[in-house]
Amino acid sequence: MSIPRDRLERAYRQMKTIREFEERTHAEIMNGQIAGFTHLYTGQEANAVGVCEHLNDEDTIISTHRGHGHCIAKGADVIGMMKELFGSSEGLCKGKGGSMHVADMEKGILGANGIVAGGPPISVGAALAAKIRNNGRVAVSFSGDGSVNQGTCFEAMNLAVVLQVPAVFVIENNYYSEHTNISYAVGCDDLKARTEGFGFPVFVADGADFFSVYEAAGKAIEHARSGNGPAGVFAETGRFHGHFVGDPQAYRAEGELDDLRENSCCLKNFRAKMAQTGEISAAELDAIDAEVMALIEASVAAAKAAPRPTAEQVTQDVYINYGAA
Amino acid sequence: MAEKTMRDAINEALHQAMAQDDSVFVIGEDVAGCNGSPSGDVGAVGGVFGVTGGLYKAFGPNRCIDTPISESAIVGAAAGAALVGMRPVAEIMFADFIGVCMDQIVNQMGKFRYMFGGKSKCPAVIRFASGGGFSAAGQHSQSMYQVMTSFPGLKVVIPSNAYDAKGLMLQAIADDDPVLFFEPKALYQEACEVPDEMYTIPFGEAGFVREGDDVTVVAFGQMVNRAAAAIDALEGEGISCDLIDPRTSSPLDEGAILESVEATGRLVVVDESPPRCGLTADIAGLAASKAFHSLKAPVQQVCAPHSPTPFSPELEAAYLPSVDKISAAIKATLA
Repeated sequence: MSIPRDRLERAYRQMKTIREFEERTHAEIMNGQIAGFTHLYTGQEANAVGVCEHLNDEDTIISTHRGHGHCIAKGADVIGMMKELFGSSEGLCKGKGGSMHVADMEKGILGANGIVAGGPPISVGAALAAKIRNNGRVAVSFSGDGSVNQGTCFEAMNLAVVLQVPAVFVIENNYYSEHTNISYAVGCDDLKARTEGFGFPVFVADGADFFSVYEAAGKAIEHARSGNGPAGVFAETGRFHGHFVGDPQAYRAEGELDDLRENSCCLKNFRAKMAQTGEISAAELDAIDAEVMALIEASVAAAKAAPRPTAEQVTQDVYINYGAA
Repeated sequence: MAEKTMRDAINEALHQAMAQDDSVFVIGEDVAGCNGSPSGDVGAVGGVFGVTGGLYKAFGPNRCIDTPISESAIVGAAAGAALVGMRPVAEIMFADFIGVCMDQIVNQMGKFRYMFGGKSKCPAVIRFASGGGFSAAGQHSQSMYQVMTSFPGLKVVIPSNAYDAKGLMLQAIADDDPVLFFEPKALYQEACEVPDEMYTIPFGEAGFVREGDDVTVVAFGQMVNRAAAAIDALEGEGISCDLIDPRTSSPLDEGAILESVEATGRLVVVDESPPRCGLTADIAGLAASKAFHSLKAPVQQVCAPHSPTPFSPELEAAYLPSVDKISAAIKATLA
């Protein structure tokens, strides 16, 4: 599979942007600059980017509590997102949503979502609209290995098959639903087979490898976009941080995190591949890194300088029109 | 003007809205019916209460969509379709089934706009058959709208007659916010004059069912008819009452209620839900905090007891507010 050079550059830039956004967010939380509950996507970047590189602004995604990466990959404004995390009224959601509810309708981002498996039914609705309108759009829901045991996930997958809508279910298996390993929480040995039992094909990917995810997602999205009904992507991946920032990670094996960072890093893997093929030089990738670091620095500076919301904004945006007489 | 039942009035509203706007579609369990069945007579059901009858044959499988029994997926599908520009009308059969799709209604559909900083709209309507009167027991008789009223981001509609039901449904479909539409199932067969043409009734504007001087009675849904019967009977005893039907509990027409209470000084609130955190307590609280000095007597709340809905006809009759209980409450404010 050949990917044009400009697309390769963009994919790398997106993954690097997500990585640095998350690492900087972690630092700012530790500094006490960001409030609330935050779940970092560090380590899983290739999944979001490998999928979203197949999508346009009219296609939709819906994300999870660990949603920063999906939103950036789908085109959300990084500065607006950082302002949102800082709780500014200039944030992407005016400081009303925060980390777990970043959204941008213009970019087809139907929101990060604080409820595990809250998203798949909604994504089926977006896919249903695409089917009714026959407009060639697809609707992607990202969720994790925790979501696959929720009834909403089962309901959504079955309904998508029954209605034959262009829904793509991307399951990122980072092995831990909060503090519990998939080996305990999923009762069967073959989650792919269990999912395929709903009646749609599932394509497997290495979530640390952009090219692997890109290929699997390409097949799934093509399947859905061509009117063949839903499809799935299963990616094995690893998060480099805890479930939430502050998680003591008592569940990890000794050396597990070091091993993940060393051997399951999508950025390292991407660079190794480029060194092998010669498509993009290390110096050119370094230059992208520098631009990304400058963007993240600028986003934090902008977020710190951005206006704070005021009390009268509490009750704004609840309704479009609440015509109480 | 022709008399139509509430069932037919809502059905007519759905037909007219779907004919006018191709972004409107209905989705739910057996809204068409017989899909995949040996009879092959798809569309023969039209909803277990018949409210979506004829829509499949008129608009086809893309706009009258049967689903598996998956309430969370039904609400989610409506919410997602609404986020991307459709105007779905989903049916959740019995209001009690909110119990299995609460998250999609409350945490998802009802909060998108706020959590997304006002940058989305979700013009979905979710319909429910609500309330008692059928010996349907504990899981098929609740009103539930009193619970949903407490969630910001949702609008809550409870028609009490066929005329209002049509106008409120057309408003619900046209409305850009998510709307929960509770159809008191005891009223589906009740008929009144309903115009053939399309019309809307705005949310947050109460209906005045009776006008009087002595007591203000506020009643919701199927309790409106019972309150009217009580009031009409008391007329012979020289007691005259305002009867206010809020029609929507969110938004609530506080102004109409307070204005009437300030004039009469006496308030009776009637609802078929249990008492705790319900609409009768809510409106009693409204009067206590905003019309206290007008009150000449304690506010009377007529509602179900703090108990699940029972099955046996005798027990359910004792459970639901009756005309006699409403009459007694009105008299109690005058004692």
